[in-house]
Amino acid sequence: MSATAWAWLVLLFPLLGSITIGLGFRVLPERAAGAIGTAAIALSFACGIATLLTLLGEDPEARHHASSLWDYASAAGLDIKLGIFVDPLSVFMVLVVTGVSTLIHLYSFGYMGSDRGYRRFFSYLNFFVFSMLLLVLAGNFVLLTVGWAFVGFASYALISFWYRRTTATGAGMKAFVINVVGDIGLVLAAFLIFRELGTFDYEAVFTKAPEVFAVNEWTITAICLLLLLGAFAKSAQLPLHTWLPDAMEGPTPVSALIHAATMVTAGVYLIARTHVLFDLAPTAADVAAFIGLATLLVAGTIALVMTDLKRAIAYSTMSQIGYMVVGVSIGAFSAGMFHLMTHAFFKALLFMAAGSIIAAMANRQDIDEMSGFGRAMRFTSAMLLIGGLALAAFPGTSGFFSKDEILAYAEARGGMYVIFTVLGYVGALLTAIYTFRLVFRILPGVPCKEAQELIETGHVVHAEPENPATGEVEDTDVGFPGSEHHIADQNGPMKVAMGVLGFLALVGGLVQIPGVDDAIGAFLEPVFHDSPLAEVHPTVGAEWAGLGIGGAISILGIFIAYFFYVAQPATPAILIQRLRPIYTLFVNKWYFDELIDFLVVRPALAIGRFANRTFERFVVDGLVNGTAETVRGAGGIVRLVQSGFVRSYALLLIAGFAGLALYFLLASS
Amino acid sequence: MSIEWYIVLSSLLFATGAIGILIRRSPVVILLCLELMLNAGNLALIAFSRMVGNQEGQVFALIVMVVAACEVVVGLGLIVAIFRRKLPLDVDELTELRG
Repeated sequence: MSATAWAWLVLLFPLLGSITIGLGFRVLPERAAGAIGTAAIALSFACGIATLLTLLGEDPEARHHASSLWDYASAAGLDIKLGIFVDPLSVFMVLVVTGVSTLIHLYSFGYMGSDRGYRRFFSYLNFFVFSMLLLVLAGNFVLLTVGWAFVGFASYALISFWYRRTTATGAGMKAFVINVVGDIGLVLAAFLIFRELGTFDYEAVFTKAPEVFAVNEWTITAICLLLLLGAFAKSAQLPLHTWLPDAMEGPTPVSALIHAATMVTAGVYLIARTHVLFDLAPTAADVAAFIGLATLLVAGTIALVMTDLKRAIAYSTMSQIGYMVVGVSIGAFSAGMFHLMTHAFFKALLFMAAGSIIAAMANRQDIDEMSGFGRAMRFTSAMLLIGGLALAAFPGTSGFFSKDEILAYAEARGGMYVIFTVLGYVGALLTAIYTFRLVFRILPGVPCKEAQELIETGHVVHAEPENPATGEVEDTDVGFPGSEHHIADQNGPMKVAMGVLGFLALVGGLVQIPGVDDAIGAFLEPVFHDSPLAEVHPTVGAEWAGLGIGGAISILGIFIAYFFYVAQPATPAILIQRLRPIYTLFVNKWYFDELIDFLVVRPALAIGRFANRTFERFVVDGLVNGTAETVRGAGGIVRLVQSGFVRSYALLLIAGFAGLALYFLLASS
Repeated sequence: MSIEWYIVLSSLLFATGAIGILIRRSPVVILLCLELMLNAGNLALIAFSRMVGNQEGQVFALIVMVVAACEVVVGLGLIVAIFRRKLPLDVDELTELRG
């Protein structure tokens, strides 16, 4: 079978799974729904592997195939196909998405076991995977936009999964609205591309673009900036990031899958996919790189002070995506994609471990209340530690190799790009500190009440049905979660999923060691080799030097965290006292929510109220009511005739006919 | 015989029917008057048909008779229904349909 045939199968299975579970939710037993959902994604992953093998059997230069099932629209120069594009980049994304999704489905199979929306959950989750695969496999900008909007919807549906929680539905709406802002950017970019190049098709666009556009021409810059708007909204980069921390209202597997491993990396994929356009607009690429850098630093500082476990990890996600955006924007394409992959492994693992701990904490997420889980949940703790080490880029783990490769490339490119290396290492220090802040506050120490109970009785404390964010009591009668989840230590499927990810997070970096092997770089090389930036290669020596610095910074960060949170636990409070203004800034997330509220939300509301008071009241209401009044008045006149007297009707009839007859008589004579 | 007499007779019958409808209040009589008007029309149709010399007018007259029969069925049915419901048999008092 050809590569494209396998790729179509990759798309088919999640769609079938979603439809089967979605339509059969009344008849399917609960476990069957979970099994179907997991199996669908696993089959999809298998087809992804088959696509990869088919592709590897071909000549590297010939590894790109377009295939189309049918034409959407084909008229007046418009040619939109339901087409996919299979090349190393899309296959790479397919494998990351389906691989991690399979494990997260397996985890959800256990974790969501007591949830009354179990089937709905798997239907949504499969739909999400389908949308994400559509996004990465799309062969033209129209289908890309479709996939882009689908994942936005899936994200909304899953964030608001516990729809009786006002905080969850609010967060879902926020995510949806901000994502739609990005969608608008993407759609406008596609329109501009069509206006300038007359096609939506990837291959045609990428061959025509260098012929049509001069470097840094304003149209190509505008196209790239609009693409970036889409990418930044989806990937939660400044200033469109505020939805991501709120999205943590969704169930933890959703946070792991959508808001850590896959969907939020769509922006990175988009920049890598359209690198031909960004090569023509270096200014836009630099803008992207600087925003990525700003995000990685800002998010890192916020993660230092967050006390909500999931939100802290969410800020860390933003920060890591910042690295990827920097990578693909400055030209370190394969390094950025490599970091995307390793991040998917260790961040999904961290979220899974966090979900397990939150379940043990009866749904409370405040790390101030957690301690001593190291003894209570050995497996989960080990996984949290592995995820933490990989995130902190501890030497040997996957994050160690991927992050430093981006920074080494920036250094090799030279010029002002060295700034990315320097500040990237600052970000790495922050990463190590905030990661191990979480680890050291949760794992060691005197077990908290919940951990104690787990050690003594082996039972997870019973959760009260209340919203952890507001303390509001929740209605459990309508299929609301009852907020009971399972912990990994007592659940086979969760253990398997986390074990596999833990293994990958530890050794996933070994596929690309400078000077030893270059699996991902070599595989993705045909996609990026036409870029002028692909010429830049850091020397092996420089890379190892970078790795050395990175490793030292990571260990230093872990040591600082150890000092603050284990050796001298009183110091953070003193530091907070000393640096009160900075602490306030971080705790309030740099006031981005307030800024957006002030700049966008309030003006929009004011315009809305003004329009409601004037335009709506006088113009719209006037028109509608005026029409109604006219009709009513005319009806009043006609009513007079309808007297109900049969004889008056007869008189009118006869008089009418007589009049007509008279008229014709007179007219004919 | 010239056609004028037929037309005059037809007109007289028609006028009688029309006036009857306008001045009488009993539904039965109104129905009778309607029949009178229809048959005035029939008479005129047949007279003209003879004058022109083909059968089309007569076909029309037959159709009018069928329609008249149907109309009588419905009309009498209505009258019986009104009677059964003990409503006044007076068209001026049956003003339910007033708009």
